[in-house]
Amino acid sequence: MDTPMTDAQAHAPSEHRDDLGAKVGMWLFLFTELILFGGLFILYSAYRSMHAHAFEDAGKLLDVPLGVTNTVVLLTSSLTVVLAIAYMQRGDRRKATAFLLATIGLALTFLVIKTIEWSAKFEHGIFPGSPHLLEKGPGETLFFGLYFLMTGLHGLHVIIGGILLTVMLWWVVKGKTTQDNYVYLENAGLYWHLVDVIWIFLLPLFYLAA
Amino acid sequence: MEHTTETHADHPSIGTFLAVWLALVVLTAMLVIASQVSHDLAVAAMLTLTPLKAGLVLYYFMHLKYEGVLLKAMVFVAIATLLVFIGFLFFDIGFTW
Repeated sequence: MDTPMTDAQAHAPSEHRDDLGAKVGMWLFLFTELILFGGLFILYSAYRSMHAHAFEDAGKLLDVPLGVTNTVVLLTSSLTVVLAIAYMQRGDRRKATAFLLATIGLALTFLVIKTIEWSAKFEHGIFPGSPHLLEKGPGETLFFGLYFLMTGLHGLHVIIGGILLTVMLWWVVKGKTTQDNYVYLENAGLYWHLVDVIWIFLLPLFYLAA
Repeated sequence: MEHTTETHADHPSIGTFLAVWLALVVLTAMLVIASQVSHDLAVAAMLTLTPLKAGLVLYYFMHLKYEGVLLKAMVFVAIATLLVFIGFLFFDIGFTW
């Protein structure tokens, strides 16, 4: 894309671009993510129906204020990324940059809170396969197995999303993303919103399970 | 050659996004409060408010409101497929235990 071109060539009618196609492709990928996490939600529901009381007891051990704080952090990051796109559409590069920076900052905040949470669980002897959990029984073991798997997989998506957004920031600063060509930024935004949507479901399933 | 005519005309306003964010935060607060009141209310809130929140993100933040019928239909089929599987699961659990 960035190979040396004269201005006339860059804007020549022969330039091949299909923004709708790019977006359809992104959505198709997001569907695979939806089915991936959807499968895990189905697994959660099945185990919860088998171990209803153990799931409720185990849910009490999770830190509700931290879970809710992280929800607000992610919801706000969804807003900031959508504003970054909105300002890019309006050709305001400075504001788009600022809101992308804010989004990346919120992604890091989410990860810091997640780390604090997981560390506290480890200190209390709660981690996959820990003797403490095995003592408590199969229900608690399944609950925390799913908790670490699903929040871990989600956390991995936050890290990938953060990296994507950093690349987008670089492209906005460099001028590769412009008012007339911002489909990559839009697609990165779609990915980030999906990460938010998944967390919207994780909050009640785990933190509010008690 | 630029497709300025249709794509740049109807940008959603900044105010819309702020309103959606506020609604999401309020719905989250309602969900948390409901979960502290009673078990039944918590389940009811989980089953109604959570899909509503996800819907708001999909419709406004993910721009579905402003997309054509192709993308809307694709998302509908994907979510419907997932719901069918979830439905099967509940039938299965209902008849097994």
